[in-house]
Amino acid sequence: MSGAQQTGRAIRLEGVTRRWGETTALEQISVEAIAGKFTALLGPSGCGKSTLLRIVAGLEEASEGRVLIGDEDVTARSADKRDLSMVFQSYALFPHLSVAENIVFGLKTRRVGRDERHARLAQVAELLGLTPYLDRKPSQLSGGQQQRVALGRAVISQRPVCLMDEPLSNLDAKLRHAMRTELRALQRKLGFTMLYVTHDQVEAITMADQVVLMNAGRIEQVASPHDLYERPATVFAARFIGTPPMNILPASALGEIGARIEAAAGRRLRFGIRPEALYPDPQGALEMRLTGGEYLGADALVQGTLGGAEALMRVPGQALAPTGSVLRLGLGAHDLHLFDADTGKRFELPQLASLTTRLDTPAGRPGVTTPLSNWKDL
Amino acid sequence: MLKREWIYGWLLILPALSLIFLFTHFPAAMTLINSVFSTPRGGKDAHFVGLANYERLIHDPVFWKVLVNNLWYALGTIPVSIALALLMALLVNRPFKGRALARMAFFTPTILPLIAVANIWLFFYTPGFGLIDQILGFFGFGQTNLLGTPSSALPAIMVVAIWKEAGFFMIFYLAALQSIPLQLAEAARIEGAGRWTIFRRITFPLLMPTTLFVSINAVINAFRLVDHIFILTGGGPGNASSLLLYYIYETSFRFWDTAYGATLTVVLLSLLCLLAVGQFFLFDRKVHYK
Repeated sequence: MSGAQQTGRAIRLEGVTRRWGETTALEQISVEAIAGKFTALLGPSGCGKSTLLRIVAGLEEASEGRVLIGDEDVTARSADKRDLSMVFQSYALFPHLSVAENIVFGLKTRRVGRDERHARLAQVAELLGLTPYLDRKPSQLSGGQQQRVALGRAVISQRPVCLMDEPLSNLDAKLRHAMRTELRALQRKLGFTMLYVTHDQVEAITMADQVVLMNAGRIEQVASPHDLYERPATVFAARFIGTPPMNILPASALGEIGARIEAAAGRRLRFGIRPEALYPDPQGALEMRLTGGEYLGADALVQGTLGGAEALMRVPGQALAPTGSVLRLGLGAHDLHLFDADTGKRFELPQLASLTTRLDTPAGRPGVTTPLSNWKDL
Repeated sequence: MLKREWIYGWLLILPALSLIFLFTHFPAAMTLINSVFSTPRGGKDAHFVGLANYERLIHDPVFWKVLVNNLWYALGTIPVSIALALLMALLVNRPFKGRALARMAFFTPTILPLIAVANIWLFFYTPGFGLIDQILGFFGFGQTNLLGTPSSALPAIMVVAIWKEAGFFMIFYLAALQSIPLQLAEAARIEGAGRWTIFRRITFPLLMPTTLFVSINAVINAFRLVDHIFILTGGGPGNASSLLLYYIYETSFRFWDTAYGATLTVVLLSLLCLLAVGQFFLFDRKVHYK
């Protein structure tokens, strides 16, 4: 288990659909998890991400479509023949077996020799810090240790693909933070392809190479965490990623500039502005009437209205202005996201920068590039 | 203060205590005492005879016959009914059309009183007219008398007991199966385990507490339930299908030899205690309790 001697295999889904009677849980999902990379399946509960994972695992059947692992069509293959490992949300440890027996379970069923079993067990236990607990039963371990046993069972078999179904959701916030880093490091070190289901955007953004954002049985966007934050493809993606969510405003909120952009685009638009992209600026073109504020320590959330529409702004904690006052705000041109008002899809307007000269302050502030802060978790 | 609470506590359990003493401990003690006295007859009162009754028991061929019968009966019915119960539980645990009907069908024998069950089976076994003979006759076989033949009378009774018990034990297995999280089997499947391996390494070990419970009940029932013998064979022919408890009944209430009946009862009780304790120790190491 030293180094990345195993190479991950790509998982490709082609038109995967899952129906239960009248309801369609998954609709024509086509996506690829890149070999050896960390792909997160992100979405709100009930969006079908766990079902999709179970279809990849072979625990659930697709009504339509194909599942390919490393160019092999495994759609008709049963779970035990797909050569993958999986970590369940509940860990699914065998309660009557010791930690050691739990970890080597898969090696035993695949008839790996005794000596090799012992050698690999020692390595995995060392890697995950489980060596002192090998003789214990799962019920004698803490949640974090149980989690490690589940990981151990998944990685000892050195399969090219590892699936994880919300593995951190049963841990407390502090432990979850530590495990995120650890999981990511483990995946990099061992080099397998990871498909990771989560409803927590922070997990997806911090761990994944590629995020598959799902909503109501469909894919909203497939992108790197950076692109997902910087260039959300839909209003849903824009609102789902980032805390607090992006402000989605009508043209009227931006006044004259809004009308000008809509005219140039030739359609009705909705304007997306991240709360962290707005900043107080005496020369700014926007005017916000403050209705409230929330002090968060490092910074503060300011609630107000922009041309009658509700909006949020994130400012340094000390700068909380009194309710009722009017603030002029500035905004960088590339911090303005345009979405088609009818379809909710992202709309690109090449001449946007020239139309928004008055939005931008002369000094110009670089676009917000700070990734999500993890304040929710700390 | 402490003393008052102490009295209060004893008063609270007094009703339960008096009932258990009156109906359990007192009869048990009386049985033990009776077994060292003679049976009172006519003008002769019971008098102390020491271990004479036990000596008679050792030299009683009928006692040994029914004891051996009972052992065979237990060995034959317990493993088969437990295995059958487990099999039926596994069958009706998975979803299929008509599952509720199948569960009900498996459980029905349990609801019926043993006497009624025996009457149903009497119809099956009746020479000439019974279901078995009618089916055999259809294929050109002659008449049978399963209950009237010494070699087949006990097995015929055992079949009835298995039929009756398996459905009852199935309910316990079914409940236990449903308390095992589905994800354990899924995790095992991902780890390359086939159906048999999952059963052998996951399901069966997790069912061990149930197996222990069921087997203790099965052992007790093997010595305790004799109702069907009354209907089917009356212990015959020539004690071929008589069991220990049935012999106790005959001795005590047909021949009114109460002292000897008490002696036999003491033996039965000690046997049951020994078996229950033995099972606990035998199983304890292999049972995983949550």
